[in-house]
Amino acid sequence: MNLVVISLLILGVTGLVAAVLLYMVAQKFKVEEDPRIDEVQAVLPGANCGGCGFAGCRALAEACVKADTLDGLLCPVGGAPTMTKVGEILGLAAVTAEPKVAVVRCNGVCEARPRTSEYDGVKSCQILNSLYVGETACPFGCLGCGDCVAACQFGALSMDPVTGLPQVDEEKCTSCGKCVKACPRGIIELRKKGPKGRRMVVECVNKDKGAVARKACLNACIGCGKCQKECQFEAITVENNLAYIDPEKCRLCRKCEEACPTGAIHAVNFPARKPKVEEPKKEEATV
Amino acid sequence: MTTFKIGGVHPHDNKSYSAHQPITECPLPAKAIIPLIQHIGAPAQAVVEKGQQVKVGELLAKAGGFVSANIVSPVSGTVTKIDSTIDAWGMKMPAIFMDVEGDEWLETIDRTPDIVTECNLEPKEIVDRIAAAGIVGLGGACFPTQVKLLPPPGKKAEVLVVNGVECEPYLTCDHQLMLEHGEEIMIGIKILMRALGINRAVIGIERNKPDAIARMQELAAQVPGVEVKALKLKYPQGGEKQLIDACIGRQVPSGALPIEVGAVVDNVATIFAVYEAVQKNKPLISRVMTVTGKSLSKPGNYLVRFGTPLSDVVALAGGVPEDTGKIIGGGPMMGRAMNNIDMPANKRTSGLLFLPEKESRRQQPENCIRCGKCVSACPMGLEPYLLSKQAELAMWDEMEKHDVMDCIDCGCCLFTCPSHRPLLDYIRMGKGKVGGIIRARQAAAKAAAEAAKK
Repeated sequence: MNLVVISLLILGVTGLVAAVLLYMVAQKFKVEEDPRIDEVQAVLPGANCGGCGFAGCRALAEACVKADTLDGLLCPVGGAPTMTKVGEILGLAAVTAEPKVAVVRCNGVCEARPRTSEYDGVKSCQILNSLYVGETACPFGCLGCGDCVAACQFGALSMDPVTGLPQVDEEKCTSCGKCVKACPRGIIELRKKGPKGRRMVVECVNKDKGAVARKACLNACIGCGKCQKECQFEAITVENNLAYIDPEKCRLCRKCEEACPTGAIHAVNFPARKPKVEEPKKEEATV
Repeated sequence: MTTFKIGGVHPHDNKSYSAHQPITECPLPAKAIIPLIQHIGAPAQAVVEKGQQVKVGELLAKAGGFVSANIVSPVSGTVTKIDSTIDAWGMKMPAIFMDVEGDEWLETIDRTPDIVTECNLEPKEIVDRIAAAGIVGLGGACFPTQVKLLPPPGKKAEVLVVNGVECEPYLTCDHQLMLEHGEEIMIGIKILMRALGINRAVIGIERNKPDAIARMQELAAQVPGVEVKALKLKYPQGGEKQLIDACIGRQVPSGALPIEVGAVVDNVATIFAVYEAVQKNKPLISRVMTVTGKSLSKPGNYLVRFGTPLSDVVALAGGVPEDTGKIIGGGPMMGRAMNNIDMPANKRTSGLLFLPEKESRRQQPENCIRCGKCVSACPMGLEPYLLSKQAELAMWDEMEKHDVMDCIDCGCCLFTCPSHRPLLDYIRMGKGKVGGIIRARQAAAKAAAEAAKK
């Protein structure tokens, strides 16, 4: 009986002393932190993807609280709504950026790009790219091992077994840019989503001369410059045998798509073309 | 009989297909393509122009830096263009294209079969001749030979270690070269010893080549200071650091070069090229390569002029066998599978191996069972299972701490793994990444130091 009382007393006193000590230490070494950091962090998505350029959501929240303006601070995942909320907490004007989306700039589908060899090693674009040109003759195109798919935290990318190319689910894509970094060939680009998701893209990054590029892939951009001549808005530049459409200048007239002899230029999310007769109606978008 | 102390594996040597096949000369091609990158280091700079007539032995491209090598015309004819071509892995490389017309050599080259024994040149002259001839290490790495002969200040060469090991399975070109040109190799060794100012050389030969050991021993008996060491069979004995350990029992520290322990290592084929360059004034324009495989109709050792398409060499060896699943440039351990055979032969091409379909498939990898076989097999004392996992998880800093840069790509870990894990694939990728990080760090430090000076 005595034993129980003594042990209870000893433990109780030790506990009390420790509690007081801990309290004092906690008071002495307290780190003053802006409570707004927690608030800001709460409205951020919490995916810690690093798309904003910071180590995670907490780091972005700290940066937002410290900053005088929200210029250059953007959570690509949450987008404008999230940044507006952050702005409300901090009393700053939120910078609204146009929504972007990951675009795979390769349309070397299986039937257009003949297989020249078979790769039997580790399924990793990184490794394949360091060893070989890939299973086809195109030294610029998609390798098809899916490093980008593995890098995506939001399940927005998947390999299409028919084309052998990655597919972007635009609903899920948050434009965090992980896939852009994961692709050893720099095929994926973050592009402006465009009105109603409509945009014109050169889906090729082959910088070889036309004849060489065409031999490797029927859908390759051969740098002929037809699209450049056709474009009335000077949105297209041809450099190193490769055309590029500037999304800022493009007015979505779709003339380049018609002009492209290889079909490397793709019009995304446009409604199916109507018969020629109703053409004038569709011109609205261009004017 | 000695061998190196750490790690190593015993693959079947498979040398019987092409062993003892006399060196056969491959006919000249109609068109030659001469790549400008045939060595480690900076690419060579072309010094000829389109339309220019060149003879065999004329300079085509000069070394593009200290660690670089000259490229000498292996054929005579007209330069048609300087453009890029596709290498055996489908990647682009700059090259000089030539139309071959006849076979006209520079008059200064001694084409007689006589063996010139005497060499009274100064060491500097010898090194200059080697540099002018564009000689690189023909054992595989293609490191410019003249650089090895100029030890950095404060370092002194003591022993020349001659690599006659040919530990890579299937390859027999060095073996055959020792049998047919042993005398010339011995003179080459004397020349290199003179250039380095040393009086000791050790020739390492594995004991699966008893005739080569006997031949070299017979020749070495007449030369003071030269010794032939018969070595136990073990891969990768031909690796520079392993060979030094096996031959003279010295260990090269991590990250250091052989000169740190007073050794200079050269392959027998390189030494033969040195003999030809110094004594006969003949630059490096051809090499012996092994073309082999179980199903090949005429496997053998072929003397190939650089620039000859590999498909010509294959045709000479009986064409691509029907059951071929994989063609490997080099040997099966360190070589790389090729995706075309249109590439021209060059200083790097030591062999062509045709593996049948059923031998060329990789097995399905399974989980690591932590058996540690890869650790005991690694000749550099690394932990491959760990490095490979770190590479998979992109832990570059950790990889650097675990000495990934010491990896020699020998493939012992992959060969020995009972779970067929692609260890080397990951380690090699990680090594590339870590190497890039280290170079970037050094460049940044250099820039910072220069900025501080100003």
